[in-house]
Amino acid sequence: MLKNSKLKKGKLTFPKAMTGIRGLDLITGGGIPKNRPTLLLGDTGCGKTIMGLEFLVHGIASFNEPGVFISFEEKSAELGINVQSLGFDLNKLIKDRKIYLEHIPIASGRTLETGKYGLEGLFVRIGAAIKSIHARRVVLDSMDSLFHGFDFRILRAEFTRLFTWLKEQKVTVIITGEAGNAFLTSKGVEEYVADCVLLLTNRVVNQIATRRLRIVKYRGSVHGNNEYPFTIDENGIIVLPEISVSINQFASSKRILSGISELDVMLDKKGFFAGSSVLVSGTAGTGKTSIAATFAQSVCIKKQRCLYCAFEEAPNQVMRNMRSIGILLEPLIKSGHLYFYYARPTLQNLELHFLAIRKMIDETKSTFVVLDPITNLMTEGPNSDIRSMLTRFVDYLKTEQITVMFTAAITVGSIERNPSDEGISSMVDTWIMVQDIEVDTRRARSLCVMKSRGMAHSSEVRRFNISKKGIKLLDIAAGTIDTVADKKRSAKEHETLSTSK
Amino acid sequence: MMSNKSQAKSKFSTHGADPGKEKYILRLFVTGMLPNSARAIVNARRICEQYLKGRFELEIIDIYQQPGLALQEEIIAVPLLIKKSPLPEERMIGDLSDTKMVLKGLNLAN
Repeated sequence: MLKNSKLKKGKLTFPKAMTGIRGLDLITGGGIPKNRPTLLLGDTGCGKTIMGLEFLVHGIASFNEPGVFISFEEKSAELGINVQSLGFDLNKLIKDRKIYLEHIPIASGRTLETGKYGLEGLFVRIGAAIKSIHARRVVLDSMDSLFHGFDFRILRAEFTRLFTWLKEQKVTVIITGEAGNAFLTSKGVEEYVADCVLLLTNRVVNQIATRRLRIVKYRGSVHGNNEYPFTIDENGIIVLPEISVSINQFASSKRILSGISELDVMLDKKGFFAGSSVLVSGTAGTGKTSIAATFAQSVCIKKQRCLYCAFEEAPNQVMRNMRSIGILLEPLIKSGHLYFYYARPTLQNLELHFLAIRKMIDETKSTFVVLDPITNLMTEGPNSDIRSMLTRFVDYLKTEQITVMFTAAITVGSIERNPSDEGISSMVDTWIMVQDIEVDTRRARSLCVMKSRGMAHSSEVRRFNISKKGIKLLDIAAGTIDTVADKKRSAKEHETLSTSK
Repeated sequence: MMSNKSQAKSKFSTHGADPGKEKYILRLFVTGMLPNSARAIVNARRICEQYLKGRFELEIIDIYQQPGLALQEEIIAVPLLIKKSPLPEERMIGDLSDTKMVLKGLNLAN
């Protein structure tokens, strides 16, 4: 998509104004039409007002463009809070003449109509507001109130006139309105007058509400047609585009050791690529968490920072269980190298998890991330959603050059049964599979590297042992193993497993 | 005030234009000479001359010239006729071509 917009630059395109809203400028290919009105439609509680405010505040902060906010609904106190949450003091902005707020109440049913009229009063007031601070951006929130106060037929003509008039004012405008408003949608007003129409929805799927944004129309511009999820957190709005900066990802040739020396040998003797994504998949009890914890420990010992996201077990539980195989995580937490993110998957939706994780990565400056297990998150929505969200998340991590290890309870068999899982394995760079196999009538763990992009990896299946001393990879041949010692070991392992579950 | 009003009403209905009675203070807000505004001015003058002869004060305000007043008076639709006095204040939007409606707003309707 980015490519397309670049191609189009040669031709005549409308100039665009960056909104400053994270992600929105990406999917619109650089913002909303400059010096033109954009219609922002959505149901109540979708975030129209906040989006409008962010547009103004970013305009002031990033582009030095003062903004006018015309509210047809009384909620000035709320506006102050919203602006504050974006890190700005509304009163100061008003004092500095950077923002101008005006509340225009629509008195309905009080006025007598004596003949033809227009809404010039509104135009005059918006015009005066723009002039008072030399505004370049305007938000009208929301037009619906107007519809209650005036004659429908007159409004229709006036609405068109308002758009034309706004274009003459050389300001970039966002006009908000109800999505279900018959006037705006079924009468097709926006079809003709607005150059850009954005639609916000808030849908509940599988009991989890997700806000989405769609560009219904963008005259003279290439734009993404999809519905993009967006969230509103304490720092404002983030639209999550699938197509992100991934094109410009930097591919490092630096290598990262896995913490299991035999595994590193299997991976071209050097381990993973820095900034790559690693999937560790396998059935229950095959030691996925152990591999992940070993990895986390090994990077932390090298004074790197790692964020361990535990979705199944609480941090204390992970630490206790790992202690039993000789992996001590507590000192690494104390020394400030290992961080835990722990949340029940059901607590909030997947996007919010990812946002919270992103925030923690920023705060802790981690260059390694472990997601254990990713499959728990995947119960939280239809598969395609999860996949696109994961893709975006992996994209983000790659752009930031963060090495990530996922664990997942999937196997080759489950992929065959459920092809949608394939999305996960195809987006990772290295896929390690751990399995239960039978060797000489006994259950044993095995490990193999299913794929590892960009390196000559081993195709061996190795026996994989977990002991008090940690993880060890052995040859699969049964004869090489001391039977008595192995029996003892498997008994121990059994204990460990039963305590961990 | 209520009695005052009904008294006024009864007098108007019997005597029609009655100079020396309650004085009408009217403000007509227009936007330059746009067709609606021009018609409103003509209609306002005609109605005042006919029904309020000698006891009205009609101030015509162009909000293009005085945009501050648009804010002060909470104006959206134009033309707008405001009856400031006698109370209660009444607001009428439109070009005042519907005389019956204007008289109702001015409390002069029978």
